[in-house]
Amino acid sequence: MHPIIKVENLGKRYQIGLRQPYRTLRESVIETVAAPVRGIAALLSRNGDEKRDRQNPHVWALRDLSFEVAPGEVLGIIGRNGSGKSTLLKILSRITEPTTGRVELYGRVGSLLEVGTGFHPELTGRENIYLSGAILGMRRAEIARKFDEMVAFAEIEQFVDTPVKRYSSGMYVRLAFAVAAHLESQIILVDEVLAVGDAAFQKRCLAKIGEVVREGRTVLFVSHNMASIEALCESCLLIRQGRLEDKGEPGKIIERYMAAEAGQGSGERSLIDHPGRRRDSIPMMTSVALFSDSRQPISGLRMGSPLSVRVSFSSPEPLRPIIGVNIRTAQGAPVFGVSNRWTHQGFDGPVLRSATISCDFKSLPLMPGTYIVDLGFGDFGDISRELDVVFEAIAFEVFPTDVYGTGRLPRHTDGPVFWDANWIVSTRDAVD
Amino acid sequence: MPESAISFVQEPVTPTITIEAGRGWAGLDLRDLWLHRDLFSLLIWRDVKVRYKQTVLGAAWAILQPFLTMVVFTLFFGKLAKVPSDGIPYPIFAYAGLLPWMFFSNAITASSNSLVGNASLITKVYFPRMVIPGAAVGAGLVDLAIAALILVAMMAYYGFGLGWSALMLIPLVPLTALLALGVGMWMSGLNVKYRDVRYALPFCVQLWMYATPIIYPISFIPERWRWILVLNPLTGIIDGYRSALFSRPFHWWELIVSAILTLLFLVYAAYSFKQMERDFADII
Repeated sequence: MHPIIKVENLGKRYQIGLRQPYRTLRESVIETVAAPVRGIAALLSRNGDEKRDRQNPHVWALRDLSFEVAPGEVLGIIGRNGSGKSTLLKILSRITEPTTGRVELYGRVGSLLEVGTGFHPELTGRENIYLSGAILGMRRAEIARKFDEMVAFAEIEQFVDTPVKRYSSGMYVRLAFAVAAHLESQIILVDEVLAVGDAAFQKRCLAKIGEVVREGRTVLFVSHNMASIEALCESCLLIRQGRLEDKGEPGKIIERYMAAEAGQGSGERSLIDHPGRRRDSIPMMTSVALFSDSRQPISGLRMGSPLSVRVSFSSPEPLRPIIGVNIRTAQGAPVFGVSNRWTHQGFDGPVLRSATISCDFKSLPLMPGTYIVDLGFGDFGDISRELDVVFEAIAFEVFPTDVYGTGRLPRHTDGPVFWDANWIVSTRDAVD
Repeated sequence: MPESAISFVQEPVTPTITIEAGRGWAGLDLRDLWLHRDLFSLLIWRDVKVRYKQTVLGAAWAILQPFLTMVVFTLFFGKLAKVPSDGIPYPIFAYAGLLPWMFFSNAITASSNSLVGNASLITKVYFPRMVIPGAAVGAGLVDLAIAALILVAMMAYYGFGLGWSALMLIPLVPLTALLALGVGMWMSGLNVKYRDVRYALPFCVQLWMYATPIIYPISFIPERWRWILVLNPLTGIIDGYRSALFSRPFHWWELIVSAILTLLFLVYAAYSFKQMERDFADII
């Protein structure tokens, strides 16, 4: 099929250093006096621009980006802050011009880079619907046709003729989204708008985007919310430092992104000379490594993924090892602990001088966040004491995942653990 | 080739929009401007609607400004300095010049600040940027219409009736608006990069007023220096308003020079605006 968006070697270069960093008052005053002299000198010298180019380093916000989007495709775009995601959307929506490359768009583009673009506080809801609609590229007749639908979607029927400066922030956002959501363009660019409004409204925004998707329109969706990317998108771009790192199925790409994000910690740590070792310990544990699905140690995993904690030890005397693994939140609150001391695994196993013990969780029910692992080591021959204890032996990160398939997750304040539950509603008292 | 026979779907061959570095927007896309005509009228309507919000006198300001200026000018220039007015009572002579001048100066001031004032739109959504300074000029026309009511009243008071020559207002008002659009558009673009415009403009506007026959008639300037005055495109226009209103003979030569200069500058301004437009979103 012919692509609806074709991006070739797209690049965007920004000059950095044009804006001076904040300085002391004295420096500012001197700068203020000196600036006009330098400004005029730069204007007069013919190659002022070139000179400035040489003095001020450039930064490429996007570099050699090429990809295609098929009609009806829902494409997620992920990447760290400053990786160029927003610049890409700005170029696609023609707000800013690329430095290199070209884009071909085979259809009308509607962009939702901000909720409430062009709203004027003094104007009423009705007036703002028309104004904002026109700014987003709608014709007046088109707005009139969808007016009632927008008002109903925003639930502001009684306040249509009230100036929006008297609206609650919730109403404001609902109205703004309602206008944007009714854009009739073949291509829709969405940037993080779902981060606004209350939970119920966010849900309806997601539903509305889902509706748009089912209508077969093409959607480009930038978000930091991996759960909603996974719920909505069929494919996903990963952008790193302005370059296209990967494109593919969202689950895989998100995993790759998360792994790379967490790559700062390698998922492996030597326990020899570990600063977290308890004082009276006999140093026996030598290293710890975390694994998930892959063969490489990881320092981050997605919610609900398997986790293996592998601890290596070496002991002067042969023993039957006991390992305790305690998980705490980044704030230090205990979440849970496991140990083969309680399960008696290896109680009558072989006697060993050194080995690697793997503690496997089939699926880790942790909410997104950073977690700390404390390790304890002992001998079944003397269960009265621990031989070696290392606090904060290693840390790992859990990334949001669409575990319920709804794009929604429990709130962080609900606790560090998520769980599956089965819901049964009694139909006995149903009204009809 | 038989392959093409299998294809049922007509695939789009030419893109709806092509985005490229340095090109693509360079040409003045009139079709794109036409597609955004609703936005243009809505922005004018917004500016008018919002302008006098939270003021006690509201739209009366549109009348008060030129009227009080006329009163002051009549006192100082008409009575004290005895500036001649071609035999027309000085108050209405001054008002007939002030009316288009006030429109022009307010329009270029509003227009120059319009892009910077709408920065949040420019960084968040695409539309032809010319719509913004254009709408600022358009909104000024509404004030012009309101202030014209006073002129009608004054003309009745001084016993001037409108003659056929008043029909010349039909091309004169758009010509004033086009000149304001040219200046406003150009300044608004410069203002994005050089905020100096904001400080330089009020000063320049004041100078420009004295360089235009508003408080004095063209005949006030010695014949041999008059050509300098005519190089100011507003000279022919303001003089044209007076000729049209008071049924005096037109200075056609001056008017034609004004029209040509206006159109030339408008083309230059549009070209220059298109050049500057590329960086708006990045530097505003």
